[in-house]
Amino acid sequence: MSAARTGAVTTAGTGRMARFIDWVDERFPLTAMMKEHVTEYYAAKNFNIWYVFGVLALVVLILQLVTGIFLTMNYKPSAEDAFASVEYIMREVEWGWLIRYMHSTGASMFFVVVYLHMFRGLMYGSYKAPRELLWIVGMLIYLALMAEAFMGYLLPWGQMSYWGAQVIVSLFGAIPVVGDGLVEWIRGDYFISDITLNRFFALHVVAVPLALLLLVVVHILALHTTGSLNPDGIEIKEKKGPDGIPLDGVAFHPYHTSKDLVAIIAFAIVFSAVLFFAPEMGGYFLEHANFEPANLLKTPDHIAPVWYFTPFYAILRAVPSKGWGAFLMLASIVLLFLLPWLDRCKVKSIRYRGWQFKVALLAFAVSFVALGFLGLQPATEKVYVYAARFFTLVYFAFFLLMPLYTSRERTRPVPERVVYHGHE
Amino acid sequence: MVSHLLSKFLHSGLVTLAGALALAGPALAAGGGGSFQQPANNDVSNVASLQRGARNFVNYCQGCHSAKYVRYNQLARDLGMTEEQVIGNLMFGAAKPTETMDIAMRPADGLRWFGIAPPDLSLIARSKGANYLYNYLRTFYVDPKRPAGVNNLMLPNSAMPHVLWDLQGLQTAVFEEEEHNGVRQVVFRKFEQVSPGKLSPGEYDEFVRDTVNFLDYIAEPMKLKRQSLGILVIAFLLVFGIFAYLLKQEIWKDVK
Repeated sequence: MSAARTGAVTTAGTGRMARFIDWVDERFPLTAMMKEHVTEYYAAKNFNIWYVFGVLALVVLILQLVTGIFLTMNYKPSAEDAFASVEYIMREVEWGWLIRYMHSTGASMFFVVVYLHMFRGLMYGSYKAPRELLWIVGMLIYLALMAEAFMGYLLPWGQMSYWGAQVIVSLFGAIPVVGDGLVEWIRGDYFISDITLNRFFALHVVAVPLALLLLVVVHILALHTTGSLNPDGIEIKEKKGPDGIPLDGVAFHPYHTSKDLVAIIAFAIVFSAVLFFAPEMGGYFLEHANFEPANLLKTPDHIAPVWYFTPFYAILRAVPSKGWGAFLMLASIVLLFLLPWLDRCKVKSIRYRGWQFKVALLAFAVSFVALGFLGLQPATEKVYVYAARFFTLVYFAFFLLMPLYTSRERTRPVPERVVYHGHE
Repeated sequence: MVSHLLSKFLHSGLVTLAGALALAGPALAAGGGGSFQQPANNDVSNVASLQRGARNFVNYCQGCHSAKYVRYNQLARDLGMTEEQVIGNLMFGAAKPTETMDIAMRPADGLRWFGIAPPDLSLIARSKGANYLYNYLRTFYVDPKRPAGVNNLMLPNSAMPHVLWDLQGLQTAVFEEEEHNGVRQVVFRKFEQVSPGKLSPGEYDEFVRDTVNFLDYIAEPMKLKRQSLGILVIAFLLVFGIFAYLLKQEIWKDVK
């Protein structure tokens, strides 16, 4: 039984390769690390499709890093040349268009998989003790990702790059006392300029990616300390066989790697469908107005951030005062950090939780998507403004009322072992 | 008549015609009030159309508009022409085939002459869309109040003169006042031909379609290449996926 669940890698024998590995192991814990994180890291066998998005996020991260390196070889971070250099990459650099579309599609797909990954965490209680740090590090990754995406979006120096950055940077002006000085400090100028572009480039290609990589390593180390949860919300470590291996666990390699490979290929097909057949994704992945170079004298009629920011943008606009709008927008993200302590229910997985949480989570998901839609619409329609206020209320109610409704939940008994129907 | 209605409308203090048409253009078209918008129905894989469009572009547009990211020799490659053919048919100045479709007119002059520098058209089809351009070039109408003597339905108070007037002829636009949910609006009704052009309306639409097709092509010259590559990539992934799935099934078969 256990033979079917452990990793298949053995270094038996006294061949040259084995001797080389021994030589390395005396100097660096290579085999020990491989065992701990790959061949003898046990994760539940009952993972469903929601459990592939973490791996997919890692795949997209690597894709963004690699394509980003190639883009910097031809991109020019100056207000004078930036727009033209992007077109140069698109038209004249060998396969430049493919690399650029990979990067632009990757940016949006990164948020798609990260949002699904986070929702998985909400559904199955992945943020609950003992995984609070894992959740917080994940949230820090999300913050770094937002910073990365925001600064990267300025680089093509199109109209939306420019005016989107103008709007978002000016939000810091809502902070009392230091606001205006802070905005100037961020821009390095009195308006978004060549100086801003240059520093955003530095942050986008060096500083934030380094932080992201470090946080991802910490995220994975924290995960491997607590162990991965599963759709039943059961700690598989609590039921181990005589060999010390969790009874419901299978080795990350080759079991989960072979499963993840299928997921990665399926994802690559979706990714390719967008990249090759709809790289603009109807103006959502690449906004139409961004094919016009930045023009300081011409404000676009309708400034909308890229889709992955629009839920928060809708919250910002739902409030008539800029200061309170910015505060609520900040609060909407800070509350996510507090989730492990807001949720008082002992049961982790939605499968065994009460109706209160199920209804609340559904309302939250609907409000997040609705806010995302509303953030894309012009703010001139009254009905949109009222809708945004309503869904903002729902969004905050999910978090603020959570201690109340989660402590009253009538949960169902959680089974001893994970629910899994083996391969026939 | 038109100007009378317009001024009356403007004085009424309602939204301007410009705003109304810009915001509600598609809605109006759908409502049947002033359906002047039609889809471009252009096809960037139609090389003959692209060649005609290139000819139209260099003859009618490139006097004022550059396409500064487009290289002549790239046109030659993509439009199935030799460099000699490009030099003979599409290049009138001293430019070399390795150069881009830039123009001699300085933006500062454009600003002085038209009040706005004519934009570079390399990416206009990606920022505005082919349908917009198709309708823009078809909906110029006589308006004595404008400096160039014409106005435009897609871009009200456009600074651009109707450079294709000798092909299309001149038309006036008939507007009517209508009441929608208690709000009075000026709605476009129809065009009336004032003087005929060298082309019939059908021929003119084809002329515009070719031109827009060319603009669509130069906005993203790799479009056809990416689509054909995409089919190969996805086909490969599907086959790879089958083997990956079989591998996964094999590895997992003993997990109970």
